Amino acid sequence: MNPLFDKFKPYLIVLISLVSLFFIIIFSSGSEMIILDPKGPVGQVQKDLIMLSIYYMLGIMIVVLSFFTFILLRYRSSRKGDYKPEMHGSTKLEIIWTLIPVLIVVALSIPNTKALYELKEAPKATAHKDPIVVHATAVDWKWIFSYPEEGIETVNYVNVPEDHPILFKVTAADSMASFWVPQIGGQIYGMPGMVNDLYLQADEPGTYAGRNSNFTGEGMTHQKFDFVAMEEGKYQKWVKDVQANEPKLTEKQYEQLILPGHVEKMTFSSTHLSIVDHGKNSEYAFAIREKYGITERSHGADADAESSHSGHGDHGNENGSHQDQEGHDGHSKDEEKEEGHEH
Amino acid sequence: MFDFIKDNLILNDPLILGANISIVFTVIGVVATLTYFKKWKWLWNDWITSVDHKKIGIMYILAALVMLFRGGVDALLMRAQLTVPNNEFLSSQHYNEIFTTHGTIMILFMAMPFLLGLMNVVVPLQIGARDVAFPYLNNLSFWSFMFGAILFNMSFVFGGSPDAGWTNYAPLAIEGSPGPGINYYLLGLQISGIGTLLTGINFVVTIIKMRAPGMTLLRMPMFTWTTLITAFIIVFAFPILTVTLALMTFDRLFGTHFFTLTDGGNPMLWSNLFWLWGHPEVYIVILPAFGIFSEIIATFARKTLFGYKSMIISLAAISLLSFVVWVHHFFTMGGSAAVNSVFSISTMAIAIPTGIKIFNWLGTLYKGRIEFTTAMMWSVAFIPTFLIGGVTGVMLGMAAADFQYHNNYFLVAHFHYTLIAGVVFACFAGLVYWYPKMFGIKMNERIGKWAFWFFSIGFNVCFLPQFVLGFAGMPRRVYTYGPEDGWTALNVISSVGAFGMGVGFLVIVYNVYYSYRYGKREVSGDAWDGRTLEWATSSAIPPHYNFAHVPEVKGVDAFHYMKQEWKESGKPEDPDYKPIHMPNNAGVPFIMSGLFFVAGFGLVFELWWMAILGLVGIIGTMAHRSLTSHKYDKGYYVSVDEIEKTENRFKREA
Repeated sequence: MNPLFDKFKPYLIVLISLVSLFFIIIFSSGSEMIILDPKGPVGQVQKDLIMLSIYYMLGIMIVVLSFFTFILLRYRSSRKGDYKPEMHGSTKLEIIWTLIPVLIVVALSIPNTKALYELKEAPKATAHKDPIVVHATAVDWKWIFSYPEEGIETVNYVNVPEDHPILFKVTAADSMASFWVPQIGGQIYGMPGMVNDLYLQADEPGTYAGRNSNFTGEGMTHQKFDFVAMEEGKYQKWVKDVQANEPKLTEKQYEQLILPGHVEKMTFSSTHLSIVDHGKNSEYAFAIREKYGITERSHGADADAESSHSGHGDHGNENGSHQDQEGHDGHSKDEEKEEGHEH
Repeated sequence: MFDFIKDNLILNDPLILGANISIVFTVIGVVATLTYFKKWKWLWNDWITSVDHKKIGIMYILAALVMLFRGGVDALLMRAQLTVPNNEFLSSQHYNEIFTTHGTIMILFMAMPFLLGLMNVVVPLQIGARDVAFPYLNNLSFWSFMFGAILFNMSFVFGGSPDAGWTNYAPLAIEGSPGPGINYYLLGLQISGIGTLLTGINFVVTIIKMRAPGMTLLRMPMFTWTTLITAFIIVFAFPILTVTLALMTFDRLFGTHFFTLTDGGNPMLWSNLFWLWGHPEVYIVILPAFGIFSEIIATFARKTLFGYKSMIISLAAISLLSFVVWVHHFFTMGGSAAVNSVFSISTMAIAIPTGIKIFNWLGTLYKGRIEFTTAMMWSVAFIPTFLIGGVTGVMLGMAAADFQYHNNYFLVAHFHYTLIAGVVFACFAGLVYWYPKMFGIKMNERIGKWAFWFFSIGFNVCFLPQFVLGFAGMPRRVYTYGPEDGWTALNVISSVGAFGMGVGFLVIVYNVYYSYRYGKREVSGDAWDGRTLEWATSSAIPPHYNFAHVPEVKGVDAFHYMKQEWKESGKPEDPDYKPIHMPNNAGVPFIMSGLFFVAGFGLVFELWWMAILGLVGIIGTMAHRSLTSHKYDKGYYVSVDEIEKTENRFKREA
C-alpha cells in the first residue's frame, strides 16, 4: 500500500471513530429515552437508582480510562520511557484497588436494597388511598385486565386514575410473559399458576405504551397494550359507563380469547375470574386449546408430543387418547406456520 | 423414508434454499477435492484419528471459525431485519429461529470450541508436557462436540430450527414449540456437552499431573491458570446442563412433567437450572480470555505480569461467585426483596475481582515497552471496551433498576460488550498470537490491523447505540418495530456497525489466505520473543512429541529466564536423547461420536429404531474400548534415531 496512505491511516481511524461517535450521540439525544423520563413514583425510584449508578460508573470509567490513556501514550516502545521489566506487583496498590471497588459495591447495594423493599409496597405519597386491584393476565398474544371490585374487564388496554396506586396482580394463561410499562415502572413476570404483585402509579394523565417484554413466541412482538391514566372523575365515569353499557363476558367468548392470536381492544362488564383463576390453574389454557383442536403454531408431525401434555387438564374434553389422530400428516413446516397465524 | 425427507427438508424459503444448494455444492466440492488429490487416507490418519493436542486444537479452531461465520450471518440477517421499521425481510418465525441459533451457536459452538482449541494447542506446551493426560478422551471430546454441532446446525435446512431463544425457556420450549426444532437444541447441546465435560476433566488432570519438573502451581503461566480454573468450573457446571437437558428431553419425548405447566411441572425450575449452569458458563468463556490477554499483554509490554498472585486469587473468587449469582437473570420472577437483594450484592461483588484484574493489566503495561502488534491491539482494546461491559453489568446487577433493563436492548448491549470485547477479541488475539505456533507462519500484521480496526470500530458502532435503545424501551427479541417507536435512527447506525464487523471478519479470513500464500516461514520456535514454554520448542511448529528434552522450570516466565541464562552463560549442550513414549491414534472416538449423532438424530425425530440402533452402537464401541484398550492403548516409543533426525533438521533450518 502506498506510504502516504499509511501515514494518514491513524488520522483516518480517529476521524471515522469520531464521526461515528458524533452520529451516535446526535441520534441518541434525539431519541426519547422514556425510562429516564418516568411519569410515576415507581419509575422515578428506578430512574434515581439508574442515575446514581451511572454517575458512579462514569466516575470509574474516567479514572480507569485516564490511567489507560496515559500509560499507553507514555510507555509505548518508541517513547523509550522508564522501563522496569521485573516490576511484579505492589501490595499497597493492590489493596487500594481492592478496597475502593468494595466501597463502591457497598455504596450501591444500600440504595438498591432500600429501593427493592420500597417497590414491594404501594408508593408512599399516596399510601393513604386504597390501591385499585387489577388482575393482568397474559395470553398468547394479548393482555387481559380484570377489575374484580368494579366487575369489569378490558383487553389490550387498562384505564387507571392518576395519582392513585394500582396493585397489578400479574399472571399468565399459557406462557411466561413480562408485564412492562416502561414510562410508569419496571416489569414483573406473569406465569401460569402463579401471581406476582406489582404496584404502579401514574402521576400525569396520558397514554403510555405497555407490552410483554419476555419472548413468548411468534406474536410476542405485537403483544402490546395501552396504559391509560386519566383524572379520577373521568375514570369513575368510565367505570360506570362500562358497567352499564358493555356486554358481559361469556364463557364461550373467553374461550375464544384463550386461543393464541391477536385481538383488538375489548371491554366487558364482567370478569373472567368467575370462569377461571389463572393464578391457580395453569392447565386451563391448554385444555381449551385441545377442545378447539388447536396446538400452538403447529398441527404437524409432532403434535402428539404436544397434546400428551394437555390431555389431563381439568377442563379437558372426554377425548383423552387422541394422540395418534394427528400423527404424521405430512404438513410441511411452513404450512403449519401459516395456519397458526391469527393476525 | 422418502416421504420423511420430503416433509422435513425446507425448500420454500429462498434464503434456506440457497443455503441448501450451497451446502450440497460444498460437500461435493470437498469430497471431489479429497478424492482427486487422494487425501482421504491423510485426512483419516493425520487428522480425524489424531490424538495430538495441537491438531485437535486446530480442528477445534477451524470448526469455531466456521461457526463464527454461521452465527455472524445470523447476526447480519437480524440486523438487516431491524434496520428499518415494519420490515418484511424476515417473518417473525424465521427471525425467532435466527436469534435462537445465533445465541446458541455463538456461545456453545463458537466461543467454547475456539477457546478449547487454543487451550488444546497451548496448555500442554506451556506446562512442558508431551500431550494431555487422556489423549484418547481428547479426540472423543472433539468429535462429540463436532457431531453435536453438526446435529444442531442441520436443523435449519432439515425440520426447522429451535425457536425459543438460546435460553430455551419453558413453557415456551415445551408446550409452545412442537416440531423437531427444540429437540435439535436439546440433543445437539447434550452431545457436544459430553465433549466439553470430558475436556474439563482432561485439563484438570493434565495441569495437575503433567507439569514439567520445577513448575510449581505458582510458576504456571496465567493462561494455564485460567484453563485450570475454567476446567474446574466445567466439571462442576456442565453436569447441571446435562441433567437439565435430559429432563426436558424426557418432557418432550416421553411426556414427563418436570418443566411443563400441567400435572405439577414447574417451568421456573428450568430457568433456575439453566442459569445455574448458564452463569458459570459465561465465566467458562471469559476466564480463558482473561488468560490470553494476560499472556499477550505481558509479552508485548516486555514485562512480567503485574500482581500474579492477586490475579490467581481473583480468578478463584470469580469462579466461586459465578455459582451464586444465577438469580440475577430473572430478578423479575417475583422473588422477595431479600432474595433479590442478596443476589444483587453477589452479582456486584464480581466487579471487585474483575476490577483487580483490570488494574493488574494496567500495572503490567505501566513502565513497560509496549509494542503494538496485532495481537496486542486486540488485547489493549479489550480493556476500555470490556470496562464498558463491566460497569453496565454492575448497573444491571442492581435488581431494582434491573426491573427496567430486563429483556431490553440495554441488556443486549451489555452482554455483547462482555462477550465480544472479552471473548471474541481474545479469540482473535490468541489466534494471531499463537498462529506461528500452529502453522509456522505469522499472520500478516498490516492486514491484521485493518481487520482489527474494522471489527473494533464496527463493534462499538453496532452496540453503543443499543444501550440508548434500551433506555428508549426497545425490548430484545422483537422482530420488528414501528416508526412511531422512534428507534429507527439508532437501529440504522447499529446495522452499519454490524456490517463493519462483518467486513472485519472477512479481512481476517483473507488474511489466513494471504499469510498462507505470502507469509514467511518462521525458523525458530520463538516468534514473539515469548516468555512461556510454548515458545521454547526447537521449531516453529513443535514436533508431535513437543519437546525432545522436557524443559526444567525455574520461575514464572520460565522461557524468559531460560533465555537470559543462555545469554549469560551460553546455551548448554543438549544431553543425549532418550526414546519418547507417545500415545497411539484412535479411530473409535470418531465412530462413537458418529453413533451419538445417529442416536441423537433418531431422538430428534422420534425415530425409535434409529435411536436404539445408535445407542446400541455407542455401548458397543465402549465395550470395544474396554476389552481392547490393554492391547492397543499402550502407545509407542519415538526412537532416538527419529528424534535425532527431526531435531537436526530443525537446527539446520535455524
